[in-house]
Amino acid sequence: MKDLVGIKEISRQEIEEILNTARAFKEVLTRDIKKVPTLRGKTAINLFFEPSTRTRTSFELAEKRLSLDVLNFSVSTSSVVKGETLYDTLKTIESYNVDYIVIRHSASGAAKFVADNTPACVINAGDGTNEHPTQALLDAFSIVEVKGKLDGLKIAIVGDIIHSRVARSNLYLLSKFDTEITFVGPPTLLPSDVPSNVSISYDLKKGIKDADVVMLLRIQLERQKGAFIPSLKEYFHVWGLKGDAFSYLKKDAIVMHPGPMNRGVEISSEIADSPRSIILRQVTNGIATRMAVIYLLTRREV
Amino acid sequence: MEKELLNYEEIERILTRITYEILEKNKGTEDICLIGIVTGGVYLAERIRKKIKENEGLNVPMGILDISFYRDDINIKGKKKEIKPTNIPFQIDGKKVVLVDDVLYTGRSTRAAMDALMDFGRPAEIQLAVLIDRGHRELPIMANYTGKYIPTARNEKIKVYLKEISGKDSVVLITQ
Repeated sequence: MKDLVGIKEISRQEIEEILNTARAFKEVLTRDIKKVPTLRGKTAINLFFEPSTRTRTSFELAEKRLSLDVLNFSVSTSSVVKGETLYDTLKTIESYNVDYIVIRHSASGAAKFVADNTPACVINAGDGTNEHPTQALLDAFSIVEVKGKLDGLKIAIVGDIIHSRVARSNLYLLSKFDTEITFVGPPTLLPSDVPSNVSISYDLKKGIKDADVVMLLRIQLERQKGAFIPSLKEYFHVWGLKGDAFSYLKKDAIVMHPGPMNRGVEISSEIADSPRSIILRQVTNGIATRMAVIYLLTRREV
Repeated sequence: MEKELLNYEEIERILTRITYEILEKNKGTEDICLIGIVTGGVYLAERIRKKIKENEGLNVPMGILDISFYRDDINIKGKKKEIKPTNIPFQIDGKKVVLVDDVLYTGRSTRAAMDALMDFGRPAEIQLAVLIDRGHRELPIMANYTGKYIPTARNEKIKVYLKEISGKDSVVLITQ
């Protein structure tokens, strides 16, 4: 595999291979020296055309733990603001002989475009509303770590699904396993057509009470220009996961969030800081999972 | 063409001898720990540990080490995809570490294992125990404990079957 552009294009076997490799990298992160020499002498560039702190930091740490040399290229400081096209930016970067390109872009399909036009390995760190594959992989890794498996689980994805590339990637990934998926949220934030293996619930309690895993999504304040919800306060009142959920959630249900979370919008502090929440575990697992993805990709020889 | 070099009884006797050699050289079990290299070395280390227990009445610490992240040939041979998490559940500082592997060949795996160990701490000493030494070293590395030295040609292969994975104990030389 040269690139990781989306979960849609990869097989269950490839996903399992990544998760299995991530387990080995997670052990590396527990050592005193949290770094292995595996990719010494190779170079990675993080190309972020959209603001991101945690995904970029997570990738950067993963790269450094693999002994890669790391360059960060973000839009506010780049020549893109001077009018350079994505293609020319890519060709410039290629002249540095980089081996790995991690890209985040506001346009869906940007990662695929870059992957098709370079011999370097390309990892999609989020493209528009299309995919965010490493987030889905780290979510899957975290679920398997706690639940031991994906097959047979009921998973509820709650919130702003139509704008969420995290939800899309998770949907693709979970659909490759024997899972029952429920989208939960207000009609304005749920897609009008869903695959046959997905059910829809417009009621939070009904949607999540049988779930083994509750995945909350961030209300993307920057994508709410279309008045999808009346107010954040009302969203929290109706759709926010709050302490009363403890009374009806399954005893061993876990709560996840890709971050950054908005306390008092998607989630209350009572839930976020409870033992049910594996949000911080997701952050740690993000590094191990991204190390595994980088490790498993192989550059095309030219 | 396949030729059996060692059978179950011979492997057992060799491991018994290596166990005694380890105990003799180190004057007992003090500060000794065993680290098996994935995959074959792990089972051999477990057997040696059991034999030490039978003789000395105690379990020495044992860990497992996957050297995939330390290999120097991933650009040539590609990346190994089935990686086992390394597990060294004790401090190796000041310990006498006995690395256990099934076959010693170019010495590059041993080099990788030693580099990995150095990232875990500063052992007092690293020793090497192997079931088979087939020659063709590319690095200045030799074993402290060798089960059997078998001169081979480079195009030959040594296959070690252990009952924990293959259901039988046998070492086979494969000639193409």
